[in-house]
Formats: sequence, C-alpha cells, structure tokens
Amino acid sequence: MQQIINFVIRYKNFLLFICLLTLSLVFTIRAHSYHQSRFLNSANYISGKIYEKSNNFFTYFGLDDENEKLIEENKRLRDLLFNKAPLDSMPIDSTKRQYTIAIGKVIKNSYANPRNYITIDKGRKDSIKPDMGVITDKGILGIIENTSENYATVQSILNENSNINAKIKGTNNFGSLIWDTKNYNIVQLIDIPRMVSLTIGDTIVTGAMSSIFPENIPIGTIKKYDLDNSNSLYTIQVALFNDMTNIGYVYIIENNRRPEIIQLQSDTDGNAQ
Amino acid sequence: MLNSNYFINAIRFVLLVLVQVLIFNRLNFFGFINPMVYIMFLYWYPIKENRAAFIGVCFLLGLTIDFFSDTMALNAASTVTIAYLRPTIMRFVFGVNYEFQSFKLGSATKVQQITFLALLIVIHHMVFFTLEIFNLVNILLILKKVIFIGLATLVLCLLFGSLFSVRKE
Repeated sequence: MQQIINFVIRYKNFLLFICLLTLSLVFTIRAHSYHQSRFLNSANYISGKIYEKSNNFFTYFGLDDENEKLIEENKRLRDLLFNKAPLDSMPIDSTKRQYTIAIGKVIKNSYANPRNYITIDKGRKDSIKPDMGVITDKGILGIIENTSENYATVQSILNENSNINAKIKGTNNFGSLIWDTKNYNIVQLIDIPRMVSLTIGDTIVTGAMSSIFPENIPIGTIKKYDLDNSNSLYTIQVALFNDMTNIGYVYIIENNRRPEIIQLQSDTDGNAQ
Repeated sequence: MLNSNYFINAIRFVLLVLVQVLIFNRLNFFGFINPMVYIMFLYWYPIKENRAAFIGVCFLLGLTIDFFSDTMALNAASTVTIAYLRPTIMRFVFGVNYEFQSFKLGSATKVQQITFLALLIVIHHMVFFTLEIFNLVNILLILKKVIFIGLATLVLCLLFGSLFSVRKE
C-alpha cells in the first residue's frame, strides 16, 4: 500500500498527463466515429455570447453586401410570385404546411478544417431542433447538429461526415453529396450510375429522398466528372453556388412530416425483420 | 508578487483565447492557414511553478479553444502534451542552466528562445493534425499542414514575443 502511494506521488504529473490526454482522446475519437460531441461544441452560452458580440461588430461592415443579396433574392421571389396563377385557395392553417421556415444569423463560420461547423444565433428557444436543414438564398448549407438554449451548431456540407441526398436537376438520378476536405468551393456527388448522360455546367439540386431538405434546393454546378475505381459509377465535382467563406443570414427549414416519415420507415424495417 | 503572477497569467489566458478565436481562427490565410498563437501561453508561463497545476491549466486552455472552434478535443490533447513535455524540451534546449534558480527565459540567447518555441509548436501541431486527420494514409497532408501552419504560428509567436516581452528582472 505504501508503495502504491509512493508510486502515485512520484509519478503524479505523468499520471495527470495520461488522464487528461486519455480524456481528450476519448472525446476526439468518439466524435470521429460518430458526430460532433454533445458536450464540446460552440453552441453554449459563453462562446455563443462572445461570437454574437464580435459578430455584431463585424457584420456592420458587410451591410451593403447583405442588402444587395436581399434585394436580389426579393427580385427573384417577386418574379416567381407574379408569374404564378393566383392562389386563393392556399391553406392558411400552418399545421397543414409541410415545411416551416425560420431565419438565423451566422455568428461563427469555419471552412479550413476537415470538419467544419457553423454556429447560428437561434436555438431551442426558437424551436430549432437537431436534424433541421439550413440553406441560404443561394443554396444548401448544412444540417443542425446540436442546439443549446439560444444557439445551434450546423454541420456544414464542408464536413467529412456530411452525407446529403442530391440529384441532377430535372432527372431522378440520385447520389450522395460528400466532401473530400480538399477545396472549400467544391464538393463531390458520388453514386451516379454510368449510363446517366452528364454535361459540364448542369445544376445539382437536393433530392426527394431526404426527409430534411425540400426537393430542388440548388447546390451547385458540375465542374468535372470521372468514373470511380469500379468504372460503373461517376464521381462528380460540384462547384458550390454558395460562397462558403462569406455567409450572413440563413434559413432553417423544418419538415413537419419528418417524424411521420421516420416512424413509417422504422415500422417498415421492423416488419421486414 | 505571487498574486500578481497569478493575475498576469489569468489575464494572459483570457486574452490569448479571445485573440485566438476572434482573430486567428478566422484568418484562413491561403484557405487553410490559421496560426495557433495561444501556444505563447506555454512559452510565457513561469518556469518554477507547480507542474501539476501547469498541466491542468494547459488542458483547460486547450479545452476552452476547443469549445469555441468545434474541434472535438484536439487542442486539449495537443496542448496537454506539450505542457507535459515542456521541462524535457527546456532541458534539451537550455542545457543544465535551466536547473538553476536564477535562470530566466529572457537571459537565454535568441537562438535558444526560438528553438524552444519552435519545438513547442512542432510537437503541438504534429499531435493536433495527426488526430484531426486521423488517417496515416494522408501523412503528406499532415506534414504539409504541420510545416505551413507551424511556420505561420512561429512567425506570429515571435512577433507577439517581441511585442509583449517578459520584463527582464
């Protein structure tokens, strides 16, 4: 017993170091195999507040750009609105609508790491929940991962864990959108079969298989395509519409029918077994 | 004296965290270079201090940076490593001199100071990017990041070091 105590006292620094290193490795490796840590993320009170304050200061310089973007988007929406037949019978009851939209502001953005997360200034208080989709006026941005009372973190499409259903506009050829961590302007669309004819410049949009995003939200255009190792599937390099380095306001989309879809799918899976 | 030392270190801790997360984490020079200047905390920390407390404080520093930058616990792991290795590095760089009571960082030569800082940075970045990329197939990518980001960190740390040099007492 005496010896054990002596040992602990002699090597206490080493033991402390090993303990702390193991602790941090556990956090890191758990996050590698699954998702961002529930505990270690920037959607907490202190970092959220600090980012919000600094962001208030920095956005002041980008107001002109932000205004221009809004005008641009308003113009596009008005174009759509005026060219549509009058919709008198539009259901006003909001419970019947499939998608609910909320707005948020990016207070922290990163794109230099292999796993990038964006922090926004809306949280549980504004009924933001994990697995809601996040888009900007130009295109898709990511999926909500963690929420706190006032803030939420978004798993950006620039994250090696990101995997989103996408398709070529106007067709029903689905694939998965991933990121190879190399260039923050380019993501990859994989699993498109070889017989599909592709043209450089074609638009890639979100697919209907996702219960997170509505169909046909723009993502980017085809920049380059190659066959993969098996020679039967394409790997497409997609140039993003969004400038991922400069993101201000975002829209958060909630699919009101998602619980129903998930319930149905799990029931079906349960029956099949 | 003791109290003022604690006070200075606490202020340093807070300021370095803020500078790191608000300025250097959004630098993105060439798209990927974000220097990690908070390593200066370990460079400036008094030499003759309780070692266990030092390791604990460094772990906390890394964890705080991780909270802000959504990097799992990468900063904590790499900072605690260099905190533990610091005495070994100092013995290597400064020789037996460092054992003496009268030893001060400011009294060492410039070359020794830079070597000390560079070793801290290299080990920190090695641990950090190996864990971040977590795949030895990408060893070239790891080396590229260690070299470029390490150089940027070193240059900025030297600038910081000369701007806020420790008073020669």
